[in-house]
Amino acid sequence: MELLVQRRIKQVLKGDQNAFGEIVELYKDKVYQICYRMLWNQHEAEDAAQETFIKAFINIHTYDTTKKFTTWLYRIATNLCIDRIRKKKPDYHLDAEVAGTEGLNMYSQLASSEKLPEEALESLEMQETVQAAIYQLPEKYRSVIVLKYIEELSLQEIAEILELPLGTVKTRMHRGREALRKHLRNM
Amino acid sequence: MAECRKNAQLMHNYLDGELSSNEQRQLKAHLDACKHCRQHFSELKKTIALVQSCSHIHAPEGFTERVLFSLPKEDKSVGVQRWLRKHPFFIAAALFLILMTGSLFSNWQKETESFAFTKYDNIEVEDHTVIVPEGEVIKGDMVVENGDIRIEGEVQGDVTVIKGERYMASAGKVTGEIEEIDQAFGWMWFKIKETAAELFK
Repeated sequence: MELLVQRRIKQVLKGDQNAFGEIVELYKDKVYQICYRMLWNQHEAEDAAQETFIKAFINIHTYDTTKKFTTWLYRIATNLCIDRIRKKKPDYHLDAEVAGTEGLNMYSQLASSEKLPEEALESLEMQETVQAAIYQLPEKYRSVIVLKYIEELSLQEIAEILELPLGTVKTRMHRGREALRKHLRNM
Repeated sequence: MAECRKNAQLMHNYLDGELSSNEQRQLKAHLDACKHCRQHFSELKKTIALVQSCSHIHAPEGFTERVLFSLPKEDKSVGVQRWLRKHPFFIAAALFLILMTGSLFSNWQKETESFAFTKYDNIEVEDHTVIVPEGEVIKGDMVVENGDIRIEGEVQGDVTVIKGERYMASAGKVTGEIEEIDQAFGWMWFKIKETAAELFK
């Protein structure tokens, strides 16, 4: 897999865009997932994911081929997401709780056009609650939690992606977990 | 309480997969004794399980196309190179043709000046004209390049004149084929025939 990617990167370095298309195909889901969990908005997530790949293409010559490609790619993605989060503050979210109506979000204020089966609704609600809990984390905790528990990366890799000392990643992980626990313990 | 705080740290280290067996025993002993910490630990594990249960999502349809569409335009030459990479036979054929015609044409050019003919003892040469004298018989083929030929005697074989003229005297006789070549393509065809004939000899 890494070997194939390295070969494609050599072709991209020569300016071959089709080879880059194969790289996008390989990693689009992972990158989109990071962006979606960080930004919790499909439109923004697609924007950020596309920007990630475009930036990767333009800066491909700065990628050090002795290092893992995904580390470099995910670094671009997380940095772009963190930038977006900082820029769009303060904001409100469709899924965020409406002030004064605990447990209700704007979805419940929208008339639902079709009834979902009970179970699907339940799991959908649970997904929403978990995503909301991730979303309320400050971005420095959100990134480590998403990389660790959604992308299933090692702490060492996360430290490399975020360019932070391993100790800092651990501290953020602990605090992130505790913050999540406070939101999710009553589920 | 200080004991609990120390164990909270151990819990997180455990969740990071970084606990020695000694520390594990220590944590377990505390969890067995402290209900509060037991609760805390199970909540943490449940939280992680919930986050991990997030369904994996996929990039939207047409994502890759949209990325490729937004990229800065690529070099034209890369497109050609890629096309050639996909059609190796075409390159081989084209290369062969180019080299083939190239070498033949250069030979054609090179040989334009030089007057040459098949040597026989009984022929005469006079100012770029090969003469087969009256009464003489040449047994074999005759090729003249960049010159003329006048046949007054007899040639028992083919006569080929390249870039030249052929004169036949009334008494002259050729038993084989007579050919005059003036154009490059005709000449090329003659060369190919000649090479083939040599190969099959």
